[in-house]
Amino acid sequence: MKNYFARVAPAVALMLAVFVPANSFAARAWLLPSQTIVARAGGWVSFDAANSDDLFSFNQGAMPIDGLSVSTPDGQALAPQNLARGKTRTSFDLEMRAAGTYRVAVAGDTVMARWEDEGKPKRWRGLPAEMAANIPANAAKLEVEQMQRRVETFVTVGAPTGIKAAGLGLELVPDSHPNDLYAGEAAKFRFLLDGKPAQDLEVQIIAGGTRYRDAPQTMTLKTDKGGAIAVTWPASGLYWLDAAIEDDRATLPNVKKRRATYNVTLEVLPQ
Amino acid sequence: MIRMPRAFLLLLTSLVLGAAAGSASAADLSLTVEIPNLPVAEYHRPYVAIWIEGPDQAIAANLAVWYQVRGDHTKWLPDLRQWWRRGGRDLKVPADGLTGATRPVGQHILKFDAAAEPLARLPPGQYALVVEAVREVGGREAVRIPFEWPIKAAKRESAQGKTELGAVALTLNP
Repeated sequence: MKNYFARVAPAVALMLAVFVPANSFAARAWLLPSQTIVARAGGWVSFDAANSDDLFSFNQGAMPIDGLSVSTPDGQALAPQNLARGKTRTSFDLEMRAAGTYRVAVAGDTVMARWEDEGKPKRWRGLPAEMAANIPANAAKLEVEQMQRRVETFVTVGAPTGIKAAGLGLELVPDSHPNDLYAGEAAKFRFLLDGKPAQDLEVQIIAGGTRYRDAPQTMTLKTDKGGAIAVTWPASGLYWLDAAIEDDRATLPNVKKRRATYNVTLEVLPQ
Repeated sequence: MIRMPRAFLLLLTSLVLGAAAGSASAADLSLTVEIPNLPVAEYHRPYVAIWIEGPDQAIAANLAVWYQVRGDHTKWLPDLRQWWRRGGRDLKVPADGLTGATRPVGQHILKFDAAAEPLARLPPGQYALVVEAVREVGGREAVRIPFEWPIKAAKRESAQGKTELGAVALTLNP
């Protein structure tokens, strides 16, 4: 028995080290709008932002929304109101009065660094601009990773309008409008990485209400040459979409590794 | 100048007017929509949208939209889910000759002249009459009756709602 562990343990440790990326166990990040379709007169829509694996129950931790950006249908920035930072969720309201589609996103471009200082592990996470000031120039065993993330959702007042690509990191370009999704119908989405089609990207889609069922019922899809997936919604309800990519094409100087993630909350209506 | 007896003039006038009226009402589409009496504790009159659906399921012609006009209650129009997605969301309300107050329980008769708006613009083809109703603290239901345009022969089609709508009948007069 002892021999067995002696033989296997290093192999297991190696496997963990190689195959488990640093942040793969982070809770699911999501934004939850109180409604996604608003009548032409517009109105108030409330949002919860949380990191929790149960969709969409805020039972783990609040999502910090420092990277929140809300854009109105004509591309203007809109400030959140009644912002409240709770333990399990961050909440805010948006007054949406212009007709068209609003994009509500928590996006960020940060750097994660790990190194050793006299044998002790050190970590730093922050903005790329602050890298030089926080990472010692002669840091031993330095590993730097760029983390690009986007967590978003969409709300439409009146009729849906077009959504422009941000051109940064991993993102979704809707061929089917995210506020025009119906049970039993197919929707087509394209994924872009740095503004170019993200081919062979694995995309997972999970229906909300996970705590009311036994099986996660994850739909796993892979993007085609053009970075597109087609999904037929099995039922109405809220869905959470998850996609991540790891590569050596960081967009920052002196950084190679990059992890780009994308999450969107979608509402599918009954027929 | 020839003097005509007064009685003859009256007769002529009525004949001309009669012919004109006759041609105007020659072809029409009429429908009966029943809002059922529901045994519920809290009752609100339903929002109802009535339209003609084209083969692509888009709205070919809006016929009627009943909602709570007093106060700002357009907020709930998206609950008429099919109507909203098929084109209700593009419509500015209130709209003359189209939108009106919610109706009480009972039979409601609507009549549309084939030669007048909005039917005059309807290209020949296969269509469906759609009646959708949604009620506060209640349910939603849509009823469809397919028909062909223009009207070739007199026809009466009907459909039966199960929850939010009663009998719906479509009468086509060529």
